Amino acid sequence: MTKDFVHQTIKKFNSDSYRLLDMLLDIQQEYGYISKDNISVLAGELNQSEADIGQTITFYHFLRSKPQGKYSIYLNNSIVSKMMGMDKIARQFEKESGIKFGEVTKDGQISLHYTSCIGMSDQEPAAIINEKIFTNLTTFRVKEIVLAMRQGKPVESMYCTNFGGGKNSSPLVESVVRNNIRRSGPLLQLNYVPGQVLQNKVSLMSPDEVISEIKDSHLRGRGGAGFPTGLKWQFCRRAKGARKFIFCNADEGEPGTFKDRVLLTEKPEMVFEGMTVAAYAVGAKEGILYLRYEYKYLETYLKQVLQDLHGKNLLGENISGISGFDFDIRIQYGAGAYICGEESSLIESAEGKRGEPRPRPPFPVEKGYLGYPTIVNNVETLCSTVTILQNGANWYRELGTDESTGTKVLSISGDCLYPGIYELEWGFSINDILEMSGAESTQAVQVGGPSGALVPPSQFNRILCYSDLATGGSLIIFNQTRDLLRDVVMNFTEFFVEESCGSCVPCRNIPALLKKKLEKIQAGDGVREDLKEIEEWSNIMQINRCGLGHTAANPVITSLKNFRKLYEALIQKDVNFDSGIDLSAAVAESCEFVDRIPQL
Amino acid sequence: MNNKVNFTIDDKECTSTSDKYIVEAARENGVYIPTLCNYDGVKPAGSCRVCTVKVNKRYLTACTTPIAEGMEIEVNTTDLQDFRNAVVELLFTEGNHFCPACEKSGNCELQALAYKFQIMAPRFPFQFNERYIDASNPKIYHDHNRCILCKRCIRVVKDDKGKSVFAFENRARQIRINFDSKLGEVLTDELAEKAMEVCPVGSILVKGKGFKDPIGTRKFDHTPIDKIVIPEKQNI
Ligand SMILES: Cc1cc2nc3c(=O)[nH]c(=O)nc-3n(C[C@H](O)[C@H](O)[C@H](O)COP(=O)(O)O)c2cc1C
Ligand code: SF4
Ligand code: FES
Repeated sequence: MTKDFVHQTIKKFNSDSYRLLDMLLDIQQEYGYISKDNISVLAGELNQSEADIGQTITFYHFLRSKPQGKYSIYLNNSIVSKMMGMDKIARQFEKESGIKFGEVTKDGQISLHYTSCIGMSDQEPAAIINEKIFTNLTTFRVKEIVLAMRQGKPVESMYCTNFGGGKNSSPLVESVVRNNIRRSGPLLQLNYVPGQVLQNKVSLMSPDEVISEIKDSHLRGRGGAGFPTGLKWQFCRRAKGARKFIFCNADEGEPGTFKDRVLLTEKPEMVFEGMTVAAYAVGAKEGILYLRYEYKYLETYLKQVLQDLHGKNLLGENISGISGFDFDIRIQYGAGAYICGEESSLIESAEGKRGEPRPRPPFPVEKGYLGYPTIVNNVETLCSTVTILQNGANWYRELGTDESTGTKVLSISGDCLYPGIYELEWGFSINDILEMSGAESTQAVQVGGPSGALVPPSQFNRILCYSDLATGGSLIIFNQTRDLLRDVVMNFTEFFVEESCGSCVPCRNIPALLKKKLEKIQAGDGVREDLKEIEEWSNIMQINRCGLGHTAANPVITSLKNFRKLYEALIQKDVNFDSGIDLSAAVAESCEFVDRIPQL
Repeated sequence: MNNKVNFTIDDKECTSTSDKYIVEAARENGVYIPTLCNYDGVKPAGSCRVCTVKVNKRYLTACTTPIAEGMEIEVNTTDLQDFRNAVVELLFTEGNHFCPACEKSGNCELQALAYKFQIMAPRFPFQFNERYIDASNPKIYHDHNRCILCKRCIRVVKDDKGKSVFAFENRARQIRINFDSKLGEVLTDELAEKAMEVCPVGSILVKGKGFKDPIGTRKFDHTPIDKIVIPEKQNI
């Protein structure tokens, strides 16, 4: 029986080892985990060693080679979840289930796990239970939920509220997730008609004209790095390749970011139309939506949208009557790894491998997926290209500032009255945003997620734009009651310790060393030398391979720069240097054994 | 296709051909760039970062970056040397390295770099990570205390069907090298030797063999690593 399903799964993906991740996810879906036997079958059929299959499995947070609970609870331990009371929720889960996090109940019913930000920062604490999202958890809810599990009820019966607004209530989604759209602009407004751009604009334009329109708009990538989109498309158009690929990056792993989730919920047609436009521009026939596993609850819905687009000739062959323009899109799931949002790592992952970033050059536009020229664009970038072609580059350039054109969808969370999604033109200040979202007595704002900067009130007049505060769109607000070092900086640093792919020597080691320094300083044992070492060690991070490694020291470094007083207040006065070891403590045990008191 | 390219290393005029990586092009011109995870003839991994150089103001790894016309490459500046030392020091504090008791002492590239860089004590605290020794295989002795995760064994040691004998396991700080138990059982002597040879440190050793050359007469005991990579007479 077991073997049958595995063999069928392998067959379903044409015994193509590049689809290993899909196979593993399917097998896990069926059996709850990936057993040794099944690894052995996969290895045999795909002509790989078992260790090779194992190295993909063990890379991903959501893949497991041991059985877990029939109900597996993944509680988000990101900063905002913690601010909104995660610890209490976690203790309640432990109390009700009788196990600790990381364990499975003896009867195999429940297992508890922590997980990095699941893209629900505006409705925390939140958890994923068997792929279903539970938001705004309270201890009361935890009791109810665990009781229902004890009674063996289906997960969807454990909701106690109506489904969320917009498409969250669609019969194909049925999720309690809320959109919380507080402000909409061109991307989020309701007047978008799927297919119009393809039918009325693109069909009358040459691929080069499309690219030059995008270039004229000065659109820059919304995934964080801000690379000019038109230029990227042009590079890919010029690159030679028998096949070309368009990837939509929907990995959205930066803690505090959730705007791509809302775009995918409300405007999936626009996202896919953006991919199709890109395909037309560069000459690609194949598209892949790389969707983080956390958003699997959107699966049925997104597949239906794709099918409907086929029905309307907006995907498939001779799209919109443009003869010879064929393009199709499939969904590729991630399996829980922040690094897979990095474009080359995302490509590796989509090839069924560990999500380790590739050395560059070559860049994906030259040699990407399966070695072919590949575009990777963020969800929001692709949506923006649709509005640009709809209304023209001149219209787009009117929005925002001179060098940061257009709008940006911000994910705002933390200590404010109205957390949620705000689509704004570039050029607003942090002060504007605090006022807009109803934030009071703000101590600091984390701009750009953990890889960004912790910004102090003295800089709240700074402007969101590429030349000042560039951001992928995550803003987390902290009021005066928060302990920035103990809670915020520590949480972010732990995040990077866990999410490094582990390749580069500095990235694998230095964040953990910084964490130790923070703990030492927190404990009151810090000395001035520690602050100096923090700065010197962080500086080494710039030789890492990818953006994760380049920014992993940012939480510590930007807080030390902008909130130095907090560190100064904790370190020992008048002590500049210590040996880093407490000799009395180190010999305490042996002294006790020989009945002596350490005299040092 | 392999065009001649002109570039500079620390302001010295150099030439090479466009099919080379920076490390190779530098070597041709008598400039040694330290490497650790790199292995001649194998696709570079660019993971240790010890070969980091600065090209047109950007940090890049010399083992993965193809040489190109007009590159202005910095190799031996103070900041780069400090970064390289840092990588070696991090590796010494991450693993558990007791050189005097190691079969590879004198043939170890990590140790050789530490000698070359004249590292007396690491700036970082020792981590005392718990690692283990796997002696279950009849041919290979695998000591994870010494592993620097360079990925060389993964890239090089394949069976006759091209399957990897070694693979990574886990990620981040939990990452380690896993030895395929099934392929391990049928490992040929030749592959076992190969595995030991590609390992830059003493993590993979062939059982029942040791101290062929007495300590003091080994590869790096008298000649620094840079002089081995680029013998004196070649250095014009
Ligand atoms: C560690 C890391 C994580 C990233 N995560 C994402 C992500 O979740 N979504 C995204 O669009 N881009 C992410 N990026 C940026 C991508 O590498 C890439 O620049 C982007 O997808 C390009 O699309 P754009 O030009 O449309 O922004 C990440 C980068 C790094 C270094
Ligand atoms: S910088 Fe970190 S995440 Fe990026 S490749 Fe290196 S080890 Fe992996
Ligand atoms: S030798 Fe280049 S990164 Fe290791």
